[in-house]
Amino acid sequence: MTDPSAAGAPLLTIRDLNIEFEVDKVWIPAVRGIDLDLAAGEVLALVGESGSGKSTLAMAIPGLLADNARLTGSIRLTGAELAGADEATLTEVRGSRVGVVFQEPMTAFNPVYTIGWQIIEAIQMHRDVSADDARARAVELLDLVDMPEPAKRMDYYPHQLSGGQRQRAMIAQALACDPALLIADEPTTALDVTVQAEILDLLRDLRTRVDAGILLITHDLGVVADIADRIVVMKDGAVVESGSSATLFSDPQQPYTRLLLASVPHLGSGKLSVAESAPPPEPTPPVPALSLRDATVEFKSGPRSTFRAVDAVTLEVGASEVVGLVGESGSGKSTLGKAAVGLVQLTSGSVHLAGIDITRLSQRGLRGPRAKVGVVFQDPGSSLNPRWPVGQAIAEPIALHTELTAAQRTARVDELLEQVQLSRSLRNRYPHQLSGGQRQRIGIARALALNPALVIADEPTSALDVSVQARVLRLLRELQAQHGFACLFISHNLAVVEELSDRIAVMRSGRLVESGPTESVLNSPTEDYTARLIAAVPVPDPQDQARRRELRLARAASE
Amino acid sequence: MGDPIERLQNSRLDAEGDEVAALVGQSSVWRDAWRYLRTNPLFLIGLAIMLVIIAMALLPALFARGIDPTDCDLSLSRQTPSAAHWFGMDLQGCDYYANVIHGARNSVMIGLISVIGVLIIGVLVGALAGYFGGWADSLLARITDVFFGIPLFLGALILLTVTATRSVWTVSLALIVFGWMTAMRLVRSSVVSIRENDYVLAAQALGASSGRILFRHILPNAVAPVFVYATIAVGTFISAEAALTYLGIGLQAPEISWGLQINVAQSLIGSSPHLLFFPALFLSVTVLGFILLGDALRDALDPKRR
Repeated sequence: MTDPSAAGAPLLTIRDLNIEFEVDKVWIPAVRGIDLDLAAGEVLALVGESGSGKSTLAMAIPGLLADNARLTGSIRLTGAELAGADEATLTEVRGSRVGVVFQEPMTAFNPVYTIGWQIIEAIQMHRDVSADDARARAVELLDLVDMPEPAKRMDYYPHQLSGGQRQRAMIAQALACDPALLIADEPTTALDVTVQAEILDLLRDLRTRVDAGILLITHDLGVVADIADRIVVMKDGAVVESGSSATLFSDPQQPYTRLLLASVPHLGSGKLSVAESAPPPEPTPPVPALSLRDATVEFKSGPRSTFRAVDAVTLEVGASEVVGLVGESGSGKSTLGKAAVGLVQLTSGSVHLAGIDITRLSQRGLRGPRAKVGVVFQDPGSSLNPRWPVGQAIAEPIALHTELTAAQRTARVDELLEQVQLSRSLRNRYPHQLSGGQRQRIGIARALALNPALVIADEPTSALDVSVQARVLRLLRELQAQHGFACLFISHNLAVVEELSDRIAVMRSGRLVESGPTESVLNSPTEDYTARLIAAVPVPDPQDQARRRELRLARAASE
Repeated sequence: MGDPIERLQNSRLDAEGDEVAALVGQSSVWRDAWRYLRTNPLFLIGLAIMLVIIAMALLPALFARGIDPTDCDLSLSRQTPSAAHWFGMDLQGCDYYANVIHGARNSVMIGLISVIGVLIIGVLVGALAGYFGGWADSLLARITDVFFGIPLFLGALILLTVTATRSVWTVSLALIVFGWMTAMRLVRSSVVSIRENDYVLAAQALGASSGRILFRHILPNAVAPVFVYATIAVGTFISAEAALTYLGIGLQAPEISWGLQINVAQSLIGSSPHLLFFPALFLSVTVLGFILLGDALRDALDPKRR
């Protein structure tokens, strides 16, 4: 732990900062009375859920707020006042004094220029240097962020780099003019967990390599556990609690902080325990809810080439069993989920849904078997028709597959709403009038409408805030225990999968690399890839996380 | 996980419900749009113009002060406006005010019939092309391109010169046949983007048929841009009718239309400019009204443009 007072005089001082946005002629406060200090060489993490004002606060520093914003209070960077400064001053500050790393490097880079060109541009905007010097500096910067073969990568376009390399390039660009302050806004949220671990290592190292204060904005307490010196927790635009990383994790004072900490799925904490309503004894060995044999899915990726998204996967989900399917982006896990309900056709192999072979069924033929499966999608915002009241959305499968009258349907919808712990009065609302968590509950209610034998949940909580995620996961777990449906739970997050699953299957590049009971996969993985995946998951505990990091680095070094 | 946290989680759950319950009433895209339109002066002006013109088309006798447009006296030919005859008299000595009022019906009918026809063809073809994609899309898009290659006036000119009689219906038909392509492209592109949404996949996973997905899930979300286009197109088609009639291939006397009036007035512009002025004014104001409506609607349905 570094002592903030030893790190030097405050670099950034924010006093009584208020930010409001004008929406339909009404001023809505986004940030309220914030005081903040950041010293040079210090890493300060700003943690909060969506709508907490953390990004607004960060973007106010370099004056990057939307036109309908107004702010009062003081933002001083090394003594110079930035709040209310004119555009010329702010332009000079941006890039040269304050560097910003955005969440999504793919969209933050201009796709028509090479990354080298864009880093050089950032240098020459503020420094009067020759083209050769600027290029040399750019290579130096890429080297600083551990980009492999920096001189060669200069001439790559953003789409030619991997996600992690793009984020490194983004950080290099932000550091182009030796800024005093580096703002990283959710820098790892769009990245896979193993890549996230690398970028976090880089940010950790950077503070010893460059003389800048780092303001890290994130919703994930696991991410900040062993990188931040101090943590500020925000909620509804105000600071809830702030303190050193060690004290905040070990001794949180405010209930909200405790709630946040408790909500983070903690790898190694085991399956969520809920009251199991004793399931009726199954006399005969039941048919598996889902059975995939050598399932292969290929997509056309060009006129002559094909891309194999799923490669000879054999997987079985038994009746009432929850199988967690884990993999990084591009591993084919979502495609496998879609193939299981016939939304994607298999190139070879077979799929059986509750004993019925659906491999070669047409869309029309699939309508019957689909009554046995419920699907919960990742983004509850886009998986509900925006022009339908949510009650109608829940009733749709009932209308499609049963002969119930309108009154019976309404009664069933009420019952389902009750099961997902929502008020019946929400039935007539439109999706955009509900919060993310409520929308996902509606998605779950729709999936359960026909009492399916199998529920496929594709990243059902990854678009939700962590405290909402915890509640939705608990709900899903309870419903599963009550109704006993089988579930294929697809997620990139091992800690989330652990909370629900009986068994875990790990996918990589279309192949199933490992599967087995949850406990044995997590505690003694046989595959190296699984072990790396487990090691990369950030844990919301600074000491534990530091220990895990050292183990991971030692493992990487020995390879 | 301690007790206080459990309590807090439950309380937050309630708070989540309250916050939504606090929203006043229900709202949807159209309702939000209406709330915006209500206070938009341009929309209100456009709406007023449209209502007056449509009323004029439905009940011309009421607006014409009871004067029969065919009650003519050649001795009064080309009289200038006066208290008795507000817009003066036309070449045949008929009351020009009554004639201009009666002209609204044909103009508005052609505008509306054309737009309805264009919407039917455009939405149907666009939806099929956008939803099914693949070869169906290629085929329908190429057909559309072929029609795009023919200018509206050239096509209508050819079609109308070969038809035996020229009525409101044939003129509308000509405008529909050569004017549906923009609507098709708009629908196709919005169907393509909406098809990517998860709720379409969700409906498919629930076992909904293609027809149901297209008509219940996709189209209601896809029609907003076409609706805006259609409102503006009413104005365009009304002026297209006038232009065709002016060229001598639109409506024929004894029909009454602004295009015919402008056609007759063009040769008399030196001696009787009022004969050109009044129908042209009505035509321009009507077209302007529909365009104002369409513009306001576009802004209302796209919050980013407000």
